[in-house]
Amino acid sequence: MSETKPVLIFGYGNLSRGDDALGPLLLEYLEENAQQVSRFVDILSDFQLQIEHALDLEHRGLVLFVDASVACTNAFDFTELAPARDDSYTTHAMNPAAVLDVYQNIKKQAPPPCFLLSIKGESFELGEGLSVAAARHLAAACTFVEKLLADLDVSVWRQYTNVKI
Amino acid sequence: MYEHLETAPNRDNLKRVVVDPVSRVEGHGKVSLLLDENNKVQQARLHIVEFRGFERFIQGRPYWELPVLVQRLCGICPVSHHLAAAKAIDQLVGVDPENLPVSADKLRRLLHFGQVLQSHALHFFHLSSPDLLFGFESDIGKRNIIAVLADYPDIGVQGVKMRKYGQEVIRMVSGKRVHGTGAIAGGMNKALSKEERDYLLADIDQIIQWAVDSVALIKKVHCANLPYYDDFATIRSNYLGLVKPDGALELYHGGIRAKNAAGGTITDHFDYCRYNDLIHEEVRSWTYMKFPYLLSLGKEEGWYRVGPLARVNNCDYINTPLAEAARMEFKAHSPEAMVHSTLAFHWARLIELLHCAESIKGLLHDADLLGGELVAHGEKRYEGIGVIEAPRGTLFHHYQVDENDIVTKANLIVSTTSNNMGMNESVRQVAAEYLSGRELTEPLLNNLEVAIRAYDPCLSCATHAVGKMPLQLELIDAGGALIDKLVKHGNGDIERV
Repeated sequence: MSETKPVLIFGYGNLSRGDDALGPLLLEYLEENAQQVSRFVDILSDFQLQIEHALDLEHRGLVLFVDASVACTNAFDFTELAPARDDSYTTHAMNPAAVLDVYQNIKKQAPPPCFLLSIKGESFELGEGLSVAAARHLAAACTFVEKLLADLDVSVWRQYTNVKI
Repeated sequence: MYEHLETAPNRDNLKRVVVDPVSRVEGHGKVSLLLDENNKVQQARLHIVEFRGFERFIQGRPYWELPVLVQRLCGICPVSHHLAAAKAIDQLVGVDPENLPVSADKLRRLLHFGQVLQSHALHFFHLSSPDLLFGFESDIGKRNIIAVLADYPDIGVQGVKMRKYGQEVIRMVSGKRVHGTGAIAGGMNKALSKEERDYLLADIDQIIQWAVDSVALIKKVHCANLPYYDDFATIRSNYLGLVKPDGALELYHGGIRAKNAAGGTITDHFDYCRYNDLIHEEVRSWTYMKFPYLLSLGKEEGWYRVGPLARVNNCDYINTPLAEAARMEFKAHSPEAMVHSTLAFHWARLIELLHCAESIKGLLHDADLLGGELVAHGEKRYEGIGVIEAPRGTLFHHYQVDENDIVTKANLIVSTTSNNMGMNESVRQVAAEYLSGRELTEPLLNNLEVAIRAYDPCLSCATHAVGKMPLQLELIDAGGALIDKLVKHGNGDIERV
């Protein structure tokens, strides 16, 4: 129905659950502020990752997942993903590495280069807004993603992995 | 039944086993078992450990925000909340269901069929098929969709693509995958374009064929071990859900039908706007989730089950031919008037999936989807009630507003709440019949989760932060000392500590 662009930024989370909104809020920021988004970048959002999102990786050259995480040690963590068989079977939601593995299984080919930007959150209650700390982490993450968008090159992105803030 | 296992008479001298949280269900659930010195189960409970402040979240907001706002209550069935809220606020603007424009009614139905199709596909292919295809006590690494993809590649791929198709129906009708604004007070905000219609038509025959295949698969799996499938977690209950005026299966709008375990009618074509005269909810101290019951039968006898098993049991027929043929086979497999097997939820769910696929095809050939009047208007009212058959069962939204259109009162009864007693009874049945007296192991405890997962419960909403969902299993002896502990970390690794 619409042309697939070479770069995908996929943010997931629930806007009404406190810091879980970090992923979608970063996308909102990009849509409003980043000029590079419109030409080369598709922006997709969902509540959580599911099996069918593997199909969103088709025909991409570069993919960035954006999520809130309580496990971050920094304001945000930036890592490259590899397909991983997810044995966690914990919830309706999947880890991004498991989505890559689903892609590999159904497409019989390696997924495109995929990265995960995890933004540190701390409170996830229904009806809450963003916490003060998460708002600070979001601002830092937005600046960082603008840097990524300025150079849509996988080798450049790899240099940024495990960035410490 | 197994209600005697809800509360043990002498709890102090019992061992406690906790499965926390229950995996592959949405949200936070916990099963606790109290065992005596011979590992005999003396008490079994499914606890809901998260309190959901739905009503407080909604109160104070203008009513027109509700169809979008309530989608955020649940990351799994946002469209069901969207449509239940839309039906309620139709009434706030003076539009009753029979006065909704024909095109709007059909667009909402298409949206709902897409939602139920994708939800049922996710549940069967992603969450439950690993249990059903590999066995309940199989290696833990086998129990996920990726193992299904590896060992049953066609089934796994079909599951992914059916799920995707349902999401595409939602996207075409509402404009977005999530947070869409398809339904508004009194109607819909857009029709389907010919391009969108043709896009969805291109794949629908394939989806129907896969749905037929999935029904054949679950029938084969169920009937291959019929005595076990008809016994495991099985309980006899009342059933409740919407039906069409002629008694056919209905997912979007109808009257309430309730039947008892013998198939006798408790109530039929009951106006859901009077649900308070039909259903009350009981609070118990050990869980946040309430226990609804039919007022006419009382707390002890009036609990009921909802969802696919209830709907397929309750209806007189299904108005799409392939699903109707599947329903007749389903009913014929049981010697009783009602199918009570809890694992038959899976079979019923796939019959509904097939019905949704057939119904989507029928609607896509209907020109009313492409235009016509989309919004009706009426006199303002101060109270609105919307009820819908969500994937997991009957969903009630009830709002009151003030002069300024602000919501002053909200009451929601979500499907999983109606299945609370059923899930607890199934847990007790499994605990009593399959666990009691045996050494407890992780695969064995998965039996408890299998029983709960059959209901496809949605215990919470869309919080999913990485690292927040460990599985912890503790075995505590009669003296209260921890004697064994298993921890499943966020990455899926299991560690005995």
